[in-house]
Amino acid sequence: MAKFNLKINGKDMEVDVDPQTPMLWVLRDHLDLTGTKYGCGIAQCGACTIHLNGTATRSCMLPVSVVGDNEITTIEGLAEEANHPVQQAWLEHDVPQCGYCQAGQIMSAASLLKSNPSPSDEQIEAAMSGNICRCGTYVRIKEAIKTAAKIQNA
Amino acid sequence: MTVLKTKLGRRSFLKTSAAAGGGLMISFSWLASCTSSTTKAEVLAMPEEWFELNAYLKIGENGMTTIFCPNPEFGQNVMTSMPMMIAEELDMDWKNVVVEMAEFNTALYNRQFTGGSQGIRTAWNPLRMAGATARHMLKEAAANAWNVSAKDITTDAGKLIHKASGKSAGYGEFAKSASALEAPEEVELKEVKNFKVIGNSKKNVEGKKIIKGDKLFSLDIKKEGMLTAMIAHPPAFGLQLKDFNAESVKSMPGIVDVFSFKTYNDEFGRNFFDTDTFPEMVAIVGNSTWEVMNAKKALQVEWEKFSEQSFLMNSWGGGDKIKVQVPAGLESSQSHMAEMHKVASKPGTQLRKDGDPEKIFKEAVKVIEKTYSAPFLAHNMMEPINCVADVTADKAIISAPTQAPGFIEPAIADRLGMTVEQVEIVMSRMGGGFGRRAYCHYMVEAAVISQKVQKPVKLMYTREDDMTFGIYRPAYMATYRAALDENNNLIGYHVKAGGIPESPLGRGAANRFPAGCVDNYLAEEWSIQSNITIGAFRAPRSNFLGGVEQSFLDEVAEAAGKDPIQFRLDLLKRSKEKPVGENNDYDADRYAGVLELVRDKSNWGQTSDGTHRGVAAYFCHNSYAAHVVDLKLVNGTPRVEKVTCAMDCGVVINPDAASNMAEGAIVDGIGNAFFGEMTFQNGIPEKSNFDRYRMIRMNEAPKAIDVHFVQNEIDPTGLGEPPFPPIFGAVANALYKATDKRHYNQPFLSKDRITLG
Ligand code: FES
Ligand code: FES
Repeated sequence: MAKFNLKINGKDMEVDVDPQTPMLWVLRDHLDLTGTKYGCGIAQCGACTIHLNGTATRSCMLPVSVVGDNEITTIEGLAEEANHPVQQAWLEHDVPQCGYCQAGQIMSAASLLKSNPSPSDEQIEAAMSGNICRCGTYVRIKEAIKTAAKIQNA
Repeated sequence: MTVLKTKLGRRSFLKTSAAAGGGLMISFSWLASCTSSTTKAEVLAMPEEWFELNAYLKIGENGMTTIFCPNPEFGQNVMTSMPMMIAEELDMDWKNVVVEMAEFNTALYNRQFTGGSQGIRTAWNPLRMAGATARHMLKEAAANAWNVSAKDITTDAGKLIHKASGKSAGYGEFAKSASALEAPEEVELKEVKNFKVIGNSKKNVEGKKIIKGDKLFSLDIKKEGMLTAMIAHPPAFGLQLKDFNAESVKSMPGIVDVFSFKTYNDEFGRNFFDTDTFPEMVAIVGNSTWEVMNAKKALQVEWEKFSEQSFLMNSWGGGDKIKVQVPAGLESSQSHMAEMHKVASKPGTQLRKDGDPEKIFKEAVKVIEKTYSAPFLAHNMMEPINCVADVTADKAIISAPTQAPGFIEPAIADRLGMTVEQVEIVMSRMGGGFGRRAYCHYMVEAAVISQKVQKPVKLMYTREDDMTFGIYRPAYMATYRAALDENNNLIGYHVKAGGIPESPLGRGAANRFPAGCVDNYLAEEWSIQSNITIGAFRAPRSNFLGGVEQSFLDEVAEAAGKDPIQFRLDLLKRSKEKPVGENNDYDADRYAGVLELVRDKSNWGQTSDGTHRGVAAYFCHNSYAAHVVDLKLVNGTPRVEKVTCAMDCGVVINPDAASNMAEGAIVDGIGNAFFGEMTFQNGIPEKSNFDRYRMIRMNEAPKAIDVHFVQNEIDPTGLGEPPFPPIFGAVANALYKATDKRHYNQPFLSKDRITLG
């Protein structure tokens, strides 16, 4: 066990865990931030996507010991009023079915739009192909990302 | 006009305060505000007091209305569509409705089960009735107060109006007095043409919580003193627990207990859904997920082959329990294939016969014969199997993603030594289900573990545990034969289908199209025993038959020199005018209707350069679906560009959400047609996570899906399953156009099958 000081959603947080513990479980088990989901544990599905200094990162394979003072953002902290352009667009397109994958999808999409404010279809597909949606909401996700880009650039 | 006899229970509590009501406030103004700059709609605050008019709804003193969704939610959006049905007949303003998941209580609610695409169909009358009776009671209460006849009172969006006297009031004003009245004996329901809520798209009532990452799933539950549990199950079908070394891991950090347990009591008569695959497993219990995962990895377990096993199952409708045999052995996909070919070459069990098929096949000018196969499939819901159980001496609270709480309740009670009344099931939102969560062995497992450690327990399967646990879609094979005469008329049709361990032709599928369209028709089935467990998978059986039959008909149409849509329409015309045989299980007009609609909407007959088209249609789970797939080869790899879909499921409750459901089924079908496959070697499932089990991703999904609904006033039927089966056929037919080769074995893009480009 070891103590770690983490910066999560703009707040300082401290946990005392095995240094190998993936951030996914630190968030879910120790900080009760359960918006970030477990889907595979091997960086194949994207359900656990968080931002590490604004960049989409799979938290299931990110040991807490390597986070250091890098800033972590989870779905709960993406926007104060849950009104990030991506979240707004998600509601407008009524994207979710079961909803389980959607936090990860939204975090990947938000990261994409940060680095590329007007992505092409191909760029959206490339950035989002690490996120599985078993319910098959891909067409709506893509449309919502285009709408989010418009909201963001307006 | 529909008049219904009412039969409604009342919840045990009559009034609840706003705080106890849970405060599931959905701010519709907020939803509106993010899509446009329109001024905020007026939304009522949460009331001080609720008055319950029946088990489905309660109204606050200010008119705010809570509607309870009786059915489990797994993404089909019943939490929105079912309350819409109630709000319609209540004549309630949707923006002042909040929705809560109902408690599991079979005395109060009708069919709390999600499966078979039957939710909306079976709720259609009871839910509208719940709304209509409440509206009737409100009218009566107002009539009493105003000293007028209830007949002269009309309602409009949450208001009671008496025109002659000019009196009007909101529902809230009479909620209390209405709640004290008896429910009417019968109620009158609205005509479809007068619907205001139904048929107008409403946003998902849980949408905002989903995009915020709120705690909606049972995996997100945290209880005081709760422990985490995982299981170790045999790595192969055909193996059972022999021994394990608990001591080696009990001392690992955070580990509380390690023990073996049996899921069901030996004498317990199981129901059909009480599949457990591995009767005895090892539980690892500890403080946190990561610690338990590590202990699970370190745990040494010895497994051994079992000889033939059996368990007791209740027979349908009571009577003596049946002994179900489970064969021994370590099975492999290769031997499965060989065995299926062998059995398929022998005569099967006859299910339907019209005319003289043997004779006609001898006389035919042309005979087309093709054999199709499809592998086992894992459900792979994104939320892995899990359950939170809190078992104390006299009570068990079990929260889980479950499609079928009623099926598993007796097993939980029996295993805990409790009565069903002591077991309380909470239906949490499911992160997908697809049939898998009708088999709720994990709820018993979590309960057993909680009882043993005397603490609340969150049981979670790792992705690997989930994917290798069985309850798969069976492996199937079907041989089709068609006989054509000199004028290319279809004069004989023969299907022989089977699977491991069940045939896809059971439960009336032999009476589906094209049965009834062909004078000489034969359907036979066979099956091969296995110890690999199976379960319902989105449109069971149809998910194979629909695809391969439609692929075969495409080939027959081509051999007959006919357009594939016209070929089907001609057959349907025949069955409408002069049906062959009895019990034909489809409505020829509605079937033709979706084909005509998809022909129209897809501009059938016109394709752009490099686009290859395939069409298919199917009827199952009471609804009709037809698809046209536009496919391109990109560097030799097929990519579906666009799908045009036509559905007939009667009245559409929530159109945009209905489209979403059809879109999902289409994507799911394309994914499984291209990639879906579970294989076995020595009983071991060879894929245990998404690195090897290939799932469709965004770059492989269609770029556009265009969903159209036949407009009619027929009572609504299901939508989750019907669009799924035909997409396999439409993809196969488009793939043929693209590659000049017919594709008979799913998945089409498997490495060891077809290499394209
Ligand atoms: S859980 Fe991290 S990518 Fe799947
Ligand atoms: S919405 Fe269910 S997995 Fe994406």
